[in-house]
Amino acid sequence: MITIKNLTKKYGNLKAVDDVTFDVHTGEILGFLGPNGAGKTTTVRIITCYMLPSSGRVEVDGFNAFDHSLEVRKKIGYLPENAPLYSEMNVLDYLHFIMGLRDIPKDRFNQRASEISEICGLEDVIHRNIGELSKGYKQRVGLAQAMVHDPEILILDEPTSGLDPNQIVEIRNLIKELGKEKTVILCTHILPEVEATCGRVLIINQGKIVADGSPAELQSSFQGKARIYLELRTPDVDVIAKLLKIKHVEKAEPISTDETDLKKFALECAQGVDPRENIFHKAVENKWIILELRKEQASLEDVFRQLTTS
Amino acid sequence: MSNHVAIFCKRELRSYFDSPIAYIVITIFLLISGWFFFSDLFLANQASLRNLFGIIPFIFMFFIPAITMRLISEEKKSGTIEILLTLPVKDHQIILGKFLAGMILISVAVILTLVYTFTLSGLGNLDSGSVASGYLGLIFLGAAYLSIGIFTSSLTQNQIVAFIFSFLIIFVLYLLDNVLMFVPGFLISLFEYLSVNYHFSNISRGVIDSRDVIYYLSLIFLFLFLSVRALSSRKWR
Repeated sequence: MITIKNLTKKYGNLKAVDDVTFDVHTGEILGFLGPNGAGKTTTVRIITCYMLPSSGRVEVDGFNAFDHSLEVRKKIGYLPENAPLYSEMNVLDYLHFIMGLRDIPKDRFNQRASEISEICGLEDVIHRNIGELSKGYKQRVGLAQAMVHDPEILILDEPTSGLDPNQIVEIRNLIKELGKEKTVILCTHILPEVEATCGRVLIINQGKIVADGSPAELQSSFQGKARIYLELRTPDVDVIAKLLKIKHVEKAEPISTDETDLKKFALECAQGVDPRENIFHKAVENKWIILELRKEQASLEDVFRQLTTS
Repeated sequence: MSNHVAIFCKRELRSYFDSPIAYIVITIFLLISGWFFFSDLFLANQASLRNLFGIIPFIFMFFIPAITMRLISEEKKSGTIEILLTLPVKDHQIILGKFLAGMILISVAVILTLVYTFTLSGLGNLDSGSVASGYLGLIFLGAAYLSIGIFTSSLTQNQIVAFIFSFLIIFVLYLLDNVLMFVPGFLISLFEYLSVNYHFSNISRGVIDSRDVIYYLSLIFLFLFLSVRALSSRKWR
């Protein structure tokens, strides 16, 4: 659906996007991740024809985004960061304004407006001025604006910023629902959002793609240390020294507790080995009472941190 | 006229007239022009609109930058421009829609000054031909100032900067034929040609010459074209 080849965008000497190549397939929800300033918004602005790249190519459904910009813009629904809207307009007028510019026939305006306001939950505020709305409602108006022409591609730049937890869940479900038939690019730096909604994740850092795959693939590719959480009850004082003698345990860090007998540790070991059985035997040997012993999955957050720092 | 231009124009007009902006600037415009007009009228004791047509180009210098300053800079500042420019519309449609909305606002203000004209026609004989051509001149002049204002508004996010720059450009164009005595001889006709006032006074005298009309049309076209270019400057590589 979207093909991006060797995309580079320079601002002066700074490369905001540096030789980025990727495809987005129909019906995919792509999570576009990256720290602030990594080049997410710039990439998205190029796909939506707001900017031209310094070099490289963007094709949307077979149309070159620079030569057939109007065709491409017709296929895309775009919600920019912070949902910039006209605060002095009321919601319905604004939707009509966008529908007119999207060449939706006038006799379908009312029907489409009520459909879209139902989908986005705008019925209660449809006659209110946008400026009076809460951040959450503004975000929904922005979403409605992006979907009003039923586009094949939906590009959302941080759609849940400023929403309360309930609204975030609602918007995520909405995006999931939409993703069944549409191609969605979701820019965000909120990781649980990606885990909850996206089938594929693309991580960008300093203008370069550093990871591409499903959330599960990314987690299994994590290169760092595996972590084990251990909770013991014992009067023993040199537990750490004993723990470090266990095969594969490379690091043992105590977590402070209120009780002197209760001891908690975060252990680190190499990826791919499992020292839990050894820990159990060691505990039996020393008569420690194990209250909890669990291996912690590398989260997407770990992957993200590893790829985007240093 | 394209449908998109009409939609932009309508939105802009509603944002003028739904807020106090339009009413405030039109009221101030009428108060100032009325005050100058009537105070001169009774001094000169003559039924003529010369004073009105003399003062309005001067008032326009402030009035028009005030109504154009927000047209594009506000969209840039709030970010709404990003939605506009990713819609399937052409850049020139945005500029034209905003230009037309400004034209309508200016025309309303100018038409309201007809009150003075009718008052005057009750006091003495007015030459209806020169009145009509004076008003035509005002519309041309307003359109030219408007395109300058839209251009400066498309350059910046800051409305005050947009106001000051359009005021400066208009001020220079206005001043050109007032400094002729300081200008070397071979430049006089150039300065005269470039001066908005010179062409305005030609038209308002009742002489509608194609040269004056072409001057205004090319000024309008030039600045609208530059505005479209400024909007597309985001696409420079």
